[in-house]
Amino acid sequence: LASWVPVVGLEIHAQISSNSKLFSGSQVQFAAPPNSLVSFFDASLPGTLPVLNRRCVEAAVMTGLALNCSINKKSLFDRKHYFYADLPAGYQITQQRVPIAVNGSLSYSLCIDNKMSQMVTKTVRIKQIQLEQDSGKSLHDDARSQTLVDLNRAGVGLMEVVMEPDMCCGEEAAAAVRELQLILQTLGSSQAVMAEGQLRVDANVSVHHPGEPYGVRTEVKNINSIRFLAKAVDYEIQRQIEELENGGTILNETRAFDSKLGCTIPMRDKEGKQDYRFMPEPNLPPLILYDAKSLPVNMNHQQVVNIDWIRERLPDLPSVKRAKLVELYGILPEHSFTLLNEDGLAEYFENVVKQTQMKPKKVIGWILNDLLSYLKQHALPVKESPVSSFLLADLLNLLERREISSSAAKQVFEELWKGEGKTPLEIVKEKKLELIQDQKELEKVCQEVIDRQEDEVIMMVLG
Amino acid sequence: RSQRDARLQVSAALKEGRVSATELCQRCLSLIKSTGFLNAYVTVAKGTALKQAEESEKRYRRGQPLGVLDGIPFAVKDNFNTAGIETTCASNMLKGYISPYNATVVQKLLDQGAVLLGKTNLDEFAMGSGSTDGIFGPVRNPWSYSRQYKEKAPPKSGSENEESDWVITGGSSGGSAAAVSSFTCFAALGSDTGGSTRNPAAHCGVVGLKPTYGLISRHGLIPLVNSMDVPGILTRCVDDAAVVLGSLAGHDPKDSTTIQDTFKPFELPNLIDVRKLCIGIPKEYHAPGLSSEILALWSKAADLFRDAGAKVIEVSLPHTRYSIVCYHVLCTAEVASNMARFDGLEYGHRADMNKSTESMYAATRREGFNDVVRGRILSGNYFLLKQNYENYFIKAQKVRRLIANDFVKVFASGVDILLTPTTLSDAVPYVEFIKEDNRTRSAQDDILTQAANMAGLPAISIPTALSKRGLPVGLQFIGRSFQEKQLLTVAKWFEKQVKFPMIQLEVKRHDCSVFQHQKSVSFL
Repeated sequence: LASWVPVVGLEIHAQISSNSKLFSGSQVQFAAPPNSLVSFFDASLPGTLPVLNRRCVEAAVMTGLALNCSINKKSLFDRKHYFYADLPAGYQITQQRVPIAVNGSLSYSLCIDNKMSQMVTKTVRIKQIQLEQDSGKSLHDDARSQTLVDLNRAGVGLMEVVMEPDMCCGEEAAAAVRELQLILQTLGSSQAVMAEGQLRVDANVSVHHPGEPYGVRTEVKNINSIRFLAKAVDYEIQRQIEELENGGTILNETRAFDSKLGCTIPMRDKEGKQDYRFMPEPNLPPLILYDAKSLPVNMNHQQVVNIDWIRERLPDLPSVKRAKLVELYGILPEHSFTLLNEDGLAEYFENVVKQTQMKPKKVIGWILNDLLSYLKQHALPVKESPVSSFLLADLLNLLERREISSSAAKQVFEELWKGEGKTPLEIVKEKKLELIQDQKELEKVCQEVIDRQEDEVIMMVLG
Repeated sequence: RSQRDARLQVSAALKEGRVSATELCQRCLSLIKSTGFLNAYVTVAKGTALKQAEESEKRYRRGQPLGVLDGIPFAVKDNFNTAGIETTCASNMLKGYISPYNATVVQKLLDQGAVLLGKTNLDEFAMGSGSTDGIFGPVRNPWSYSRQYKEKAPPKSGSENEESDWVITGGSSGGSAAAVSSFTCFAALGSDTGGSTRNPAAHCGVVGLKPTYGLISRHGLIPLVNSMDVPGILTRCVDDAAVVLGSLAGHDPKDSTTIQDTFKPFELPNLIDVRKLCIGIPKEYHAPGLSSEILALWSKAADLFRDAGAKVIEVSLPHTRYSIVCYHVLCTAEVASNMARFDGLEYGHRADMNKSTESMYAATRREGFNDVVRGRILSGNYFLLKQNYENYFIKAQKVRRLIANDFVKVFASGVDILLTPTTLSDAVPYVEFIKEDNRTRSAQDDILTQAANMAGLPAISIPTALSKRGLPVGLQFIGRSFQEKQLLTVAKWFEKQVKFPMIQLEVKRHDCSVFQHQKSVSFL
């Protein structure tokens, strides 16, 4: 069987976390009543003009810096034309010619063979980040042959992050997106919750034989979670391989992922190739950004965006946080991944460590095995844990001081989980789980047991 | 009495209480009615105008007028948004569309206490040079009904209808020019993309100012070509234009293409010395088709400056002849883009077609737009196609740069102001004008005015003299970027020299008696 090289690239749209939209003052809010967050500009009323939102620019610069991009000190806005009910102006304002950031990279980690203990780091190149408008939403009501249009989302700021086709499978794509998500959430530039449409991923997939040129690629859309991303990509790779091995050809088309069937299907024909008739946006002058060197002396700093100023204030990125956790606490790298993967878990862990004498290397076991599994079982986020870090630390201290055994500790933990407000010590006393340290006391207990079970003892002695 | 003093005197009269703002408003409204045959107005906002006039009157009585424009009636071209008042762009697409907001320029005038009389007629979506191609029909040049024109008309055979002689206003801001010219208001807003304010100003014998691009906010002006459009100012004298400019210019945060610098309103000096000036006469503006009459006037004007001690030299703007084609590509491309929003979904006309979204869009746009608009959309989309973009749009942008550089070079060489004709001839009769299509006419008529829009420069048309047919001819001054003060100062000097005659408008009243309009101007 000839070997195939799958090639996967991603186009990710992240909704910018801001109070108002990219070019207008209307509010950004999820699940508001339809058409309640629409300004005259968003509705494309004639005579209205775009005004650039500074916060959106800062979000894009932050993201660009976090992804090791070059920030273009001059970037341009363009119009991309097509007709659709959710695009009131008949064009989207985007950055096609010169985007705000280019040539970056993102490092992500994967487990080899599903073993957490073997992680490998990979890198994907970031082609560019561009600012653009989100479209509205249209809902097709086939029963009444009508389309309902909600423009609340029309004009919300997006960062489109283009990842080069450096990935080779669903797992890599998923890991890359997961890391991007964490970065965006750490920066605060996007809340990046896929379920709320704040992070949308389209995958470009193709296959070719080693040494041969890249194959025809398809675009896969309608992917609603990271899990489905991996599935969709892997399915599409398989589909293309099978198609080609059966002598078929791959069409340069757009396919939708059907999560129920677990496969990709061709999307309704979009009238062949679209010519977007790109044209410079004449109502927006070039976006000029400054750094410490180029900032004019008497410029009002409220009026400009200073790249260096933003760089200095970047928070620790996930990769840095993980490294710090490993160094500070001596935990394994894979542990640090899990800690960061759950919102608030790293903080929880650190709080427990602060309040207990138990070594972090032992604490981590309790966090990742006990606490986390309970949280998962009950589908609770860390912040809703009935066991606070204080209580857990308290429990671990009892264990560390050998006042209880580890199996007893697990029982106490189960009780704590009920959230009845009892302290670990109270539970221990209630259930008589104290470890007996006194020699005489122990002898007494053993004697009692032997006395009760005389027959068994005689059998044992006789052998 | 000259037109220059008229507005000053009205202001003084308002201040001194010799005439009330309400009276003034009512007179203008009544005049609008009796000159209705000019078809200059699309909407007359009688109720709101009288209310505004009342408010102004109260302020004057308290001795607290907002400024020199308080109580002064003005009109606005129907492509500017006016809150609560229909804004149609003379198109079926926006018939019945009530703006929910005021364009910045409208708001600024209202904030000064000026009284908005109504919206004026234009070519549909400002596409045209005659103000003849809108759904409300053509605008008639008030000079068609002037004694000066009638006197010069050739003797008619009995069967010929006087009606067929009327001449066009030029365009596309013809309604605004006619409104000012016929004394129904003291100032009007137009728009200027390729000459749409200066052209009708020249044909209607009024002052038409095109400010520097970026000086006055376009927020609320329904765009034709975003990179060239400017709001235009039409008045009866240069001083009035300076006053209106003073209230409109300045940065608008709602329009990102306005410059940040603070604008300082200015008053024009009364004594002007042109001896230190260098006037440039661009030889390329001696365009094919330029009437010998206008050529002679242009020459005479140059002599005027020379005799007064100014330096007058011939200069060259070599890329002038490419501006028409360049403009055509860039204009249609932007039009195609700007008109994409008219789909019937959110506002405006919607066709009664339910088969699919696409068919609804297609029917709406076919029904809503006239041929001119549709033609430009098709051309524009063609130029924007991926395979054509480089050869047409990019090329045109490069040529535009060359045209703009022509001016930069000339101004850098010591020339202060350029003097050119505004139009190739005086106004033609409507029946003549419609013999050629809109595209041909626009290409012909924009040739002398367009380059200033390409380069973003300020330009003004000043009524100079009457043609041998008794119709106004204007000459144009083009200045340096943001040097409106110098431009208007020179224009004012010129205006003083030429002493352009006042129109002797003869209007039949409903009682069939003819009265002379100039009398109604004197409120004193």
